[in-house]
Amino acid sequence: MELKGSRSIAAPREVVYAAMLDPDVLKACVPGCQEMTGNADDGFEAVVVQKVGPVKATFKGKVAIEDPNPPASLKIVGEGKGGAAGFASGGAVVTLTEEGEGTLLEYDVQAKVGGKLAQLGSRIIDGFAKKMADQFFERFQGVVEGPEEGETDPEVAEVAAEKKGWLKRLARG
Amino acid sequence: MPKDHGIGASNKRREDIRFLTGTGNYTDDINIHGQAYVYFLRSDVAHGKINSIDTAAAAAMPGVVRIFTGADFEGIGGLPCGWQVTDKHGEPMKEPPHPVLAQGKVRHVGDPIAAVVADSLDQARDAAEAIELDIEELPAVVDMKAAVQEGSALVHDDIGTNLCYDWGFVEENKGAVEEAFSKAAHVTTLELRNNRLVANPMEPRVAVGDFNRASGDSTLYTTSQNPHVIRLLMGAFVLGIPEHKLRVVAPDVGGGFGTKIFHYAEEAFCTFAAKQLNRAVKWTSSRSEAFMSDAHGRDHVTKIQLALDADNNFTALRTETYANMGAYLSTFAPSVPTWLHGTLMAGNYKTPLIYVNVKAVFTNTVPVDAYRGAGRPEATFQLERVIDKAARELGVDPVELRRQNFITEFPYATPVAVEYDTGDYHATMDKLVEIADFAGFEARRKDSEAKGKLRGLGVNCYIEACGIAPSNLVGQLGARAGLYESATVRVNATGGVVVMTGSHSHGQGHETSFPQVISEMIGIPEDQVEIVHGDTARSPMGMGTYGSRSLAVGGSAMVRAAEKIINKAKKIAAHLMEASEGDIELKDGAFSVAGTDKSVAWGEVCLAAYVPHNYPLEDIEPGLEETAFYDPSNFTYPSGAYCCEVEVDPETGKVTIESFAATDDFGNIVNPMIVDGQVHGGIGQGIGQALLENCAYDENGQLLSASYMDYAMPRASDVPFYKVDHSCQTPCTHNPLGVKGCGEAGAIGSPPAVVNAVIDALHSGGHKVEHIDMPVSPSRVWAAMNG
Repeated sequence: MELKGSRSIAAPREVVYAAMLDPDVLKACVPGCQEMTGNADDGFEAVVVQKVGPVKATFKGKVAIEDPNPPASLKIVGEGKGGAAGFASGGAVVTLTEEGEGTLLEYDVQAKVGGKLAQLGSRIIDGFAKKMADQFFERFQGVVEGPEEGETDPEVAEVAAEKKGWLKRLARG
Repeated sequence: MPKDHGIGASNKRREDIRFLTGTGNYTDDINIHGQAYVYFLRSDVAHGKINSIDTAAAAAMPGVVRIFTGADFEGIGGLPCGWQVTDKHGEPMKEPPHPVLAQGKVRHVGDPIAAVVADSLDQARDAAEAIELDIEELPAVVDMKAAVQEGSALVHDDIGTNLCYDWGFVEENKGAVEEAFSKAAHVTTLELRNNRLVANPMEPRVAVGDFNRASGDSTLYTTSQNPHVIRLLMGAFVLGIPEHKLRVVAPDVGGGFGTKIFHYAEEAFCTFAAKQLNRAVKWTSSRSEAFMSDAHGRDHVTKIQLALDADNNFTALRTETYANMGAYLSTFAPSVPTWLHGTLMAGNYKTPLIYVNVKAVFTNTVPVDAYRGAGRPEATFQLERVIDKAARELGVDPVELRRQNFITEFPYATPVAVEYDTGDYHATMDKLVEIADFAGFEARRKDSEAKGKLRGLGVNCYIEACGIAPSNLVGQLGARAGLYESATVRVNATGGVVVMTGSHSHGQGHETSFPQVISEMIGIPEDQVEIVHGDTARSPMGMGTYGSRSLAVGGSAMVRAAEKIINKAKKIAAHLMEASEGDIELKDGAFSVAGTDKSVAWGEVCLAAYVPHNYPLEDIEPGLEETAFYDPSNFTYPSGAYCCEVEVDPETGKVTIESFAATDDFGNIVNPMIVDGQVHGGIGQGIGQALLENCAYDENGQLLSASYMDYAMPRASDVPFYKVDHSCQTPCTHNPLGVKGCGEAGAIGSPPAVVNAVIDALHSGGHKVEHIDMPVSPSRVWAAMNG
């Protein structure tokens, strides 16, 4: 499965890049993420609960950053095991280019699923993955750009508020 | 007037009363006091190296009795293959081991890695989730042609290739076939895929293993078409249990279609574990498990070429097929693309020269084996499709092209090693033309066109070799078993008859049709006859039910045993009536002395046999029980002609079956209603293959169609009311009943008729489409129409 997309984010590349390596940001942005620990150098460990069509499962996975080229690009690879539900694995090449004051984030995802996910969910996996990606980058944008007035997702609002000072410092730095 | 009893009567199926009222006794209905349940942890990758299996945490979970892995089966036999094919160089096929639980590597999605036995199924399943697996995923072998190229990943490293065998048939004819092609006036070529199918019997597989610690006997209750074969294979090759310490029971079985012939790992596991644990162990397959552990069917990729002379006579035929074996050799897998396929390539036609090449390939997919028709549908599909294509290329009527090349003289020895005993292919075609109303087709086509639909008519013929099979012949061809059948006929003191047959009934209606034969022979009512099957402790050694063999082989064994009974009973009757044995006649349940009014009833003779007060004890033993084993001298060769009419919606590509007619020559018929039903079911499965069903894998070997959301089974609305005729009868010459077998015909004869009809419909709309692979789904039809 392949998925490509892009999103304009009103923040400098360095901020966007750093946010992508922050476990708290990732936890807030990955839909269904229950836990996210680790760091960019050693890799992250995540627990994600998701429902794909008829298959609901808790995925335990590892995420690693490959080919880091700050602040222009990085590759995120990961795999998650969902027990009886099967597994998902894949990678995303993320490219950041300056776009005026902000950043154009482009992503190119390649993913595969196995086990029950493939057996029962293969017809809907493309749509599911697109939804996941949309949700992720929407939340990511929210966190990086700071909480909007009336941010509806409390988790995003909280993390965004918490990170605001940090991100601003980084941006000034 | 139709008969109301005996051979030829359409008796209603006695077994349906229990099947339709929920009182059948299926394997899952069997529960043994104190039984434990097993859940199999199965691979979710197609190909991988097992680095470690940590069961410590899982073993401590509530209710867990024991967790088994491949290590527990080291030193124990693997699942055996029952047929060895010799390749075109005279070498035996590659035969890699097939462990009960994976050892070292997993080779397909669904390959069992560990078996968790617990007090309840839920506990077993929960514990399986706690097993820590470290499996390193390896590149999956999925595409057959890529699998045999240099550098491909290997399913079995030890054998160094993914090629199981490269079979040439008849290899000595190859040169002559090439020469005939070089001289041909016309050559038609067709490349096609025979889609992979999943059998999907209504009842999933179940196994219950039991162990009697008092006697040391093991018992396996299983969903099998052939319990004696399972006892032999599992006892002798896997677990080392002699037959007298092992009983296999296959009670009511809810459909098999071939997929319940084979010996499966779960059967061996439950029998093994019950003995190890001193406790019965039960496994019931879920539907999801069935998709990834029941042997699949078909999956051939074929190129076929037909050579014709200037007068449109078939002069030669050659085919090249890649046949998918899956990850391991299932019990009879090697025989399907070879001896059940190559020997059928003559079809109904007097093509003098034929060469068949089959490359059997290992892939990281579920093992593939016999499924209703087994090899014969694949042969028929390619042959009848290429003939239709040839007719179109030559601008001749496809029916006339077939008729011109029909075999008309019998017996007929084909160039592919079989001899047809009887048949009348013009008669079945004549009947088809009549019942399918060919004359009215153009008017029906106009009606369809007026509705904006394209209508097509497709015809095909088929021949099948069934009544499997002469043991000495199949032995030469690589079978590791005899293919006789057995029956014991036990007459009780009060005249009732019990037939213990090695044939197994799982939908075929033996419990109804076999008594009709006994009734015809003795003249007693059918309800005086009971059929016992499916239990190695009750029936003599039998080979079971597949290959449309039950009546032709098992029925013949029953006839032979009943003849022995009648001969002995005549001796007793002669004694009772003080007459000469040669003057005794049996009619309508009574023995009489020819030319006199003396007679004794069947029941009196039976009673005398068990209360031998007035009895020729000096000449014959008391009792009335006889056993016969019957080994056929040839296959039987049912044949027929099928016609399908379809409408294609050019807007959507959707195909609807408007009518389907089948004329079959099954030889003599015992119960016409059951034969109708067998043909109906077969056609339903054939239409399923042609329009709907497809087992799909992705390039990583992930099984994509593993539920009824993605695997499309035919439903009532997908099939028409069938017109079925079996009035054309050329009885088999070599079995005592003159019967040929009807179980697989529908599934063999119907797919090419459907596809031929779709292609005909598209041509009528100006779409020059030569072939669409099955399933002929709306998207494929639409894509073909829109270039």
